Amino acid sequence: MSDFLFYLFSVVAVAAAIGMILGRNATYSVLLAVVNFAMVAMLYLMLGAPFLAAVQVIVYAGAILVLFLFVVMLMGNDPGPTWEHIPLQRPLGLLFTIALIAGLVPIVALQNVTGPRSGQMMTGDDNPTRLGEALFSGYVLPFEVTSLILLVAIIGAIVLAKRSAYRESRVEHLDVEDETFETAVAD
Amino acid sequence: MDALSPVTTSHYLLVSAVLFSLGVMGVMLRRSAIIVFLCVELMLNAVNLTFVALSRELGSMDGQVVVFFVMTLAAAEVAIGLALIVAIFRTLGSTDVDDVAEMRG
Repeated sequence: MSDFLFYLFSVVAVAAAIGMILGRNATYSVLLAVVNFAMVAMLYLMLGAPFLAAVQVIVYAGAILVLFLFVVMLMGNDPGPTWEHIPLQRPLGLLFTIALIAGLVPIVALQNVTGPRSGQMMTGDDNPTRLGEALFSGYVLPFEVTSLILLVAIIGAIVLAKRSAYRESRVEHLDVEDETFETAVAD
Repeated sequence: MDALSPVTTSHYLLVSAVLFSLGVMGVMLRRSAIIVFLCVELMLNAVNLTFVALSRELGSMDGQVVVFFVMTLAAAEVAIGLALIVAIFRTLGSTDVDDVAEMRG
């Protein structure tokens, strides 16, 4: 039964990823990414990591992809040129991807990693407790650095939004600069 | 490893490798900046799956802690990256990554 669930989740995850790449509509791609991330969360559950599964659903599917959806809606979901217009990029990209798959998959398949080696099989019951203990004992410094990175990300997002607002106001006031800028972009 | 043998850690690693390769394929083939960004998230996710599978394999929590950090950084990265994409869209009126070539000499 658990084997069947693994194959079900894996096949749905891979199919959703393929649909996400090939889809022409960006909204569908984001929604298929939600499916993919939810399936990966199910795989986390089967691997005995229920806390990470919950975080995956809340942070990835709940926050990050909603942010993606907001941006897609904001930009009017312009399909635009779906594929490249640089010659040879598509066949070369496909070739390199196939080479990557042909390299990765046999390596992984030949390793034959079989199940938990150590005696302590992880059950999901005390998973958050053990994760917290590991996080706040051996990884205190990375944890603090992460808070700094989040602060920088917040400031960066505000600065980016502010600067474009500043540019628009400048363009309104100075028509000459606006024209030179537009010609520069057109070139 | 047989394809339909009882599920082992190898199977999880295999799924992870396939998802990662699909992410690479999306980054190389698609031109819409949003889709490229989504594919980067897909690759991060595939690596996370590897970490969790090997965390169970080794009976250690370290892999899950790393996944925790990767998720946090992914959130920060998405905030900045999407702000950049919106700024580019406001300036150029497009999110085609090939249009962003102003620095070309």
